[in-house]
Amino acid sequence: MHSGRRKALQNAGGLGVVALAMAAGLLKPSSARAEWNKAAFSTKSFADAVKAMGGSEPVESNEIVINSPDIAENGAVVPFTVSSKLANTQSISLMIEKNPNILAAQFTIPEGTEPWINTRVKMGQTSRVIALVKAGDKYYYSAKEVKVTLGGCGG
Amino acid sequence: MPDPMKIRATMQGDKVEVKVLMAHEMETGQRKGHPAWFIQNVKATCNGRTVLAAEWGPAVSKNPFLSFRFQGGKPGDKVTISWVDNHGESRTDEATIS
Repeated sequence: MHSGRRKALQNAGGLGVVALAMAAGLLKPSSARAEWNKAAFSTKSFADAVKAMGGSEPVESNEIVINSPDIAENGAVVPFTVSSKLANTQSISLMIEKNPNILAAQFTIPEGTEPWINTRVKMGQTSRVIALVKAGDKYYYSAKEVKVTLGGCGG
Repeated sequence: MPDPMKIRATMQGDKVEVKVLMAHEMETGQRKGHPAWFIQNVKATCNGRTVLAAEWGPAVSKNPFLSFRFQGGKPGDKVTISWVDNHGESRTDEATIS
């Protein structure tokens, strides 16, 4: 007699669980819209960026290699290749210290994907460029200076 | 509707090398009268598995280029790439591994 009502209640309960799981971040909507770490992309210093990404006390490592021109003639398009030989590399981030915001891009490297990224970023002026790697639960970095003869920000 | 991506996925030994060129202004927001407009999220999948995910800021160059390599793909498999920008616009394209 009340089976219809009971079923409706059960369904509603099920939906509630799904909504709770989504709220808790257990389930993610299937759209391409994913998380974007606004806090990290708003930082200006290396220390603040690392902190906003959930890390602390990054250790300099020569297992991380940044390949780029030493002098970029056009700051609007500076090619970078970053690779890591650190075991269990989970993410690679590229930071341009003197840009308005330091963090340029962050890449999540799933198992089976080579810790190797090739991309192009803008540099407003000559700057130290930092590659930050998360490996295991630790953070490591490598840095190099890239000279820019024509800036890429502000136009 | 944003222009399609150019995607090339080729076998390099036992790995798949993916090269992507996206069509996007990647406006920094630093120029007067030009609010920030840039791709924030990128995701690449192959056979239902995420092979790369990225979060980008406006410092990524206009018409972004990205290359990466992964294991577990074979010729004929499809690599699907999606991006979403800060206006909520998105684009999904795919390429067959050769």
